[in-house]
Amino acid sequence: MTLREEDIAAWRARLKCSVSKIDDIFADALADAMSAMSNDGVAKWLEGADIVCALGRGRDLPVIFLEEMPEVARHCGEGVVLAAADTARSLSMLTAPKAIAPFLQNLPFVARRLRDAELLRDWMRILLHTAKVAREAAEPLARSAPQLFAQVSIAGVKNWVEYGIRVYASQPWRLPDYFGLQTADAHAALQRERSGTLYIDNERRLRLYLRSFWGLDADFRPYSEIFDTTRKPRPYLDRLGFHIPDVYEDAFGVSGIDRYRAAIAHMAAHALWTRPFLADNFSPFQHLAIEIFEDARVEWLAMARYPGLRALWKKMHPRPEPDACPEGYSCIRHKLAMLSYALLDPEHGYDDPMIARYTALFAERMAADPHDTKIAPELGVKWLTENYTHDFRSPNIWFQDTEVPYRDDNRYLWIFLEDTDDEDDFHSDHGARDHIKGPAAPDDGIPPRHYPEWDYTAQTYRPDWVTVFERIQPAGDAAHIDELLKKHELLARRLKKVVDLLKPQLRRRIRYQEMGDELDVDMAVRAAIDLRMNVAPDPRVFQSYEQHGRDIAMLLLIDLSESVKEKIPGGDVTLLQLAQESTALLSEAVQALGDPFAIAGFHSNTRFEVRYTHVKGFAEPWGEEAKARLAAMEAGLSTRMGAALRCAGDQLRNRREEKRILMVLTDGAPHDIDVADPQYLREDARKAVIELQADGISPFCISLDPKADEYVTDIFGQTGYTVIDHIERLPERLPTLFLNLTK
Amino acid sequence: MADDAHIDISQYMIEEEPFYQPTGDEVALYEAAYARRLPVMLKGPTGCGKSRFVEYMAWKLKKPLITVACNEDMTAADLVGRFLLDAEGTRWADGPLTIAARIGAICYLDEVVEARQDTTVVIHPLTDHRRTLPLDKKGELVKAHPDFQLVISYNPGYQSLMKDLKQSTKQRFTALDFDYPEPEVETGIVAREAGIDTETAAKLVELAGRARALKGHGLDEGISTRLIVYAAQLIATGVEPKAAAAMAMVRPITDDADIRDTLMHAIDMVLG
Repeated sequence: MTLREEDIAAWRARLKCSVSKIDDIFADALADAMSAMSNDGVAKWLEGADIVCALGRGRDLPVIFLEEMPEVARHCGEGVVLAAADTARSLSMLTAPKAIAPFLQNLPFVARRLRDAELLRDWMRILLHTAKVAREAAEPLARSAPQLFAQVSIAGVKNWVEYGIRVYASQPWRLPDYFGLQTADAHAALQRERSGTLYIDNERRLRLYLRSFWGLDADFRPYSEIFDTTRKPRPYLDRLGFHIPDVYEDAFGVSGIDRYRAAIAHMAAHALWTRPFLADNFSPFQHLAIEIFEDARVEWLAMARYPGLRALWKKMHPRPEPDACPEGYSCIRHKLAMLSYALLDPEHGYDDPMIARYTALFAERMAADPHDTKIAPELGVKWLTENYTHDFRSPNIWFQDTEVPYRDDNRYLWIFLEDTDDEDDFHSDHGARDHIKGPAAPDDGIPPRHYPEWDYTAQTYRPDWVTVFERIQPAGDAAHIDELLKKHELLARRLKKVVDLLKPQLRRRIRYQEMGDELDVDMAVRAAIDLRMNVAPDPRVFQSYEQHGRDIAMLLLIDLSESVKEKIPGGDVTLLQLAQESTALLSEAVQALGDPFAIAGFHSNTRFEVRYTHVKGFAEPWGEEAKARLAAMEAGLSTRMGAALRCAGDQLRNRREEKRILMVLTDGAPHDIDVADPQYLREDARKAVIELQADGISPFCISLDPKADEYVTDIFGQTGYTVIDHIERLPERLPTLFLNLTK
Repeated sequence: MADDAHIDISQYMIEEEPFYQPTGDEVALYEAAYARRLPVMLKGPTGCGKSRFVEYMAWKLKKPLITVACNEDMTAADLVGRFLLDAEGTRWADGPLTIAARIGAICYLDEVVEARQDTTVVIHPLTDHRRTLPLDKKGELVKAHPDFQLVISYNPGYQSLMKDLKQSTKQRFTALDFDYPEPEVETGIVAREAGIDTETAAKLVELAGRARALKGHGLDEGISTRLIVYAAQLIATGVEPKAAAAMAMVRPITDDADIRDTLMHAIDMVLG
């Protein structure tokens, strides 16, 4: 619509705002607004711009408002335009003016996603609420809006925001990172709100599918659609593997998991049967036609193997209406999509003679030799010559119903000899030259692990809340431990006796033996009765004993927090030293028993840094190296016990032993400097203990805190702990405790 | 020998020709081994036709066949024989191995690793040039009948590290490798065994191939020919093919949810 100069001037005069920049864009913005809104709406639009202008929060704001709001009105109605201005004013009053610009800029996107005025108002409410209770969060939240709404619904955004405000209440300086989606837990919390079938939940299933159905062992590379919202990325295949979306919603009457399978099946068929063509030999139009025939050819081969694929693919393949493509548009994609559908579904119902001709030609060639790679280029080139019309060159390409959602972008099909100048090209990283079975890149270094933490006030987990860094304790002097052992020589000898006694007690009776150590009296009596009754007796009247092997794995987790450095009351040794002595003695005893065991220590410095130190692994023997590491153990910082328990649980979970014991040696209650509520970390540790027990691991706590009874029962349960009052006797108590536990 | 009089050899004879589809030169090789009475070991996954092969050979050679299914509670006496108590005193009863040695049968020890290692040692004197079986308790040395031959079967796939044959046992046998037949051959077997059309049989075989590709990725063993035949037999009795495949080919082999789901999808895709 072209507007007359005087109309524009009249509208401009209604706007009181004097920002000069407005004059540059006003004509275009007004045209846009007139096309989207009624006159009444345009008036409101100008009113809103004045409100934003009057805030005095920068000259750009009214310009942004004028430019973006028509688009918002188009999706959610003109009623929301003033609401947006009011929201901007409220943000200003709540001293979060920096949030206004990103809020207005991202509003069209949010409107496009929500497509409902009431929902859009909800979003404004969420933002204002955030500005009210957590001012620092408003701006990053407004900036993150596109990424949030691309992934989750308004309800999901609401939950995510509320969760962030709640859990960061005590650390306001961290709010921008969370709301700016800069932290792992922010992403994890967002994932929780997503709907649809997530790749991450089905990775194994898809791998099994690829291996079982297609005999391929390629990598999956999930990508996210949120970073490219305008042009939806499509699955593709290259030398790195199968690139697939990180989530599929149920759609087309197909479940998310089956959509994954449909896409993978199509790409796998390419990987198995497509040999790339030289792209330079064909024109871009020919490319399109050849791709259609090659897609149909590999799908034909796949369906010969799995007839059920036809039904699955058919559900997802669009069926364009024959006359849908209007005059003046380029109909090449439309025609090819019809042909593609006809090639897939024999009952396509089109009566176009060209479609009949080419489906017949295709069928004929496939019947002759389906593995003939010349089928697609020959039929594709032929089709284009016979069907070419000048409107193909029209810049307006008719796209409706031409995208086949499960198919990849076909970059795998082409090899380019010359660098192409074509704009709109995905070929920059096409990897057809190499076959997809490349070796995976090696992983080096131990990446940090993220663990959830239990929030008892909200009764939910905070996902990926704690970061645990694992490391191997650097070695010290092993002789130091030997000295300690020598000091306790008497004790060591006594322990040895206990250990020796422990072994033979574990015997198992084997009954019903024909030969054995002793008569099984029950069976003998029964046999005698049988004899008297003239019945053939059972000759298996003996029993014998078998050494029943111990099947125990033990992990000793030592609290290495600051308090361990203190000297024990009335003595001149530190708790750390006692812990070393007792650990050494325990290790000697367990080694003698032959049970596999590991030793680890932990301390923490806020949730961002929980250090988990390996002193001895399950696989290595109790020898010089392990002793040297034990000798070098150091203490400091705090005790975030839940994360350490979970990390230790991971270590124990893979053990095959019947009984898996996690012994925790600690001198106090869990605490950390970033948590004010003493109950919080205790509740989390208790939750971690319950998780361990659910996994068949038995946690047991040895507390050196005489006042531990108050909390340790809560964490480890009535029978899961012992408190050692005479700390100096720890070296003696610890090994005997273990032996008693495992008798 | 006097005891022979009591043994009814005919019960051990295979009357009708068992259906066996050779997949290579195993029949000729077995015949050669039998000609020299060499002990034979049949290796291969479960349900691939080892037992059927032995039956077939026994029928072809017209020799009696005595089959012993081995298990871990089996003792040497279960193979060799034992004294039984009866009202008048004691009576010796030959075990299956002894009977076979006396009457000149083919003695087939199925899944021999399941038996304890000390049990399997009793077969040693029968498997070398001596061809004798000492019955310690009875004080008798049984000389094997000229027609006697020992065959064992052995599944190298799922055995744990704890269960393996001793070297001294292994080295007394010649061995034939068995595996699931090629798809076309297997299709023929399934169609013939169950009496269904080859097209359906081919689909079932294809389905089994999907499961076999997952061996080592959560499946200890693929779907055996035997299970395919079961599924085909269910179809032949009128069960809907997808239900039959799920019943005979998916549910028995795994409880792993991901694998089940993948195989159920395979059923939809192959039979769909």
